[in-house]
Amino acid sequence: MREGYCKPMSYKVRLNSTLEGLKPSGIRRFFDIACEMDDVISLSIGEPDFSTPWHIREEGIKSLEKGKTWYSPNSGLMKLRECIADYTKKHKGISYDPISEILVTVGGSEAIDLGLRALVCPGDEVLIPEPSFVCYSPLTEMVGGIPVPIVTKAEKAFRLTPQALKAAITHKTRLLIMPFPNNPTGAVMRREHLEEIADIIRETGIFVLSDEIYGELTYGQQPHISFASIEGMQERTMLISGFSKAFAMTGWRLGYACGPKDLMKQVVKLHQYALMCAPTTAQYAAIEALKNGDPDVESMRAEYDVRRRYIVDRLCGMGLTCFEPEGAFYVFPSVAVTGLSSEEFSQRLLKEKSVAVVPGTAFGDSGEGFIRISYCYSLKHITEAMNRLEEFVKENRRA
Amino acid sequence: MDKLLKLLDENARLTNSQLAVMLGITEQEAEDKISELERSGVIRGYKSVIDWERTDRAYVTALIELRVSPKRDLGFEEIAETIMRFDEVESVYLMSGGYDLSVIVNGQTFKDVAMFVAKRLSTLESVLSTATHFVLRRYKDSGVIFLGEEKDERGVL
Repeated sequence: MREGYCKPMSYKVRLNSTLEGLKPSGIRRFFDIACEMDDVISLSIGEPDFSTPWHIREEGIKSLEKGKTWYSPNSGLMKLRECIADYTKKHKGISYDPISEILVTVGGSEAIDLGLRALVCPGDEVLIPEPSFVCYSPLTEMVGGIPVPIVTKAEKAFRLTPQALKAAITHKTRLLIMPFPNNPTGAVMRREHLEEIADIIRETGIFVLSDEIYGELTYGQQPHISFASIEGMQERTMLISGFSKAFAMTGWRLGYACGPKDLMKQVVKLHQYALMCAPTTAQYAAIEALKNGDPDVESMRAEYDVRRRYIVDRLCGMGLTCFEPEGAFYVFPSVAVTGLSSEEFSQRLLKEKSVAVVPGTAFGDSGEGFIRISYCYSLKHITEAMNRLEEFVKENRRA
Repeated sequence: MDKLLKLLDENARLTNSQLAVMLGITEQEAEDKISELERSGVIRGYKSVIDWERTDRAYVTALIELRVSPKRDLGFEEIAETIMRFDEVESVYLMSGGYDLSVIVNGQTFKDVAMFVAKRLSTLESVLSTATHFVLRRYKDSGVIFLGEEKDERGVL
């Protein structure tokens, strides 16, 4: 061992202070507690309970058998990008050039990060409708942007309203996040609502990052409408989607971003330096998913729909008033009937009935008074959880 | 597949009101649909999936391959009808391939089942041969997994 002075390592000085200032994910925290208890029934997981359909897995396996284990091109396999272009044209009615306007990413979440890093300069304001998924605000802070939450309300079906958007815009506003279909509320924006938003955006220099990872999972008569398909919006929208939710492919880590080529040219650089390329095996599987996976999506969607209807009915029956979610796989009921805060409700429910849900506050301050329930579970599992939840609500009704 | 049938196929104990909620129809509609399915013979009955290993009931199951000579005009129907009348017989299927009828027989002991085959099935006039295969372990039955509990290994974000 070498002798002499060794300066002690101070992480306080060495670490990025913005990073240190970020809160850990509120979803993670509850899950970790639940994992340490026995006999917990969880309703907290936000990923499909289905395995990836076999024919899709098989294409991944085949690519491994053939030894296709190299890097893919930075932007993704050309064949996959072409499939994404076809799929987006067919399902969303938008045309993108597979060579210059589509990037295959490591999950939709990488695309969100890239989009924020490419579009936001220090001091820029980023409008984030809330409650919404946990990553937008921390990733904005990491690039020096200022997250500006826009509260969406249950009585407005958790939609972004033109009034709320207008009120939030300042001369510093650079980007609007459009997180619909929404995690955790299950809200969707119909064409008429998107048009109202587009009317405002059109008159500004604001860019839009539309996170449509749940786009395939909507339950009304009307299919999901992509923000980029609204007139004039494609040139100012980065459309993000992926394979995780629709095709039950979370563990493959594969998503994609589509956008105007001037933007994508810059985004590809970031992706290239940070990630090189998305996993090649996953990309081969994804080609099969886009080509032949529609019937699988439809059957999973039908199953989610059954569960969704059942949960909403049970929640309303026990007095947890509940906006009827029309997308994603979450229900976001109000716990007002108990008079408990989201956090108290979730903690006591876990302690007293061993049921894990996520407090609404994990998705922004505006989630106070709500909890997120996932229905990525079998009906049997959901039924037992609902029975326990019902007991809990009965015992904790505000006098 | 019909959504109602799919739900009942997974869990026949769902009440009409639960089915109605899940399918977005009224309770009356659910009741009517089920009655119609029962009346028309689509739904033949309701059973539970029981793991008898976990009870004190002695229970063995065997799959018996039967080769038979079909009767002119009646084909395999006559013999199948005779066989299905026995209480010991749970299922009778007409098969493609190396033998004709597949008969699933339940009994209390291996001997019970073997004796049933020897005395009741082999002796039937048109039965040419039998081969009895006993079930040693049930891993999955009627779509239900019997082998341990599946653990949820999903992570969380």
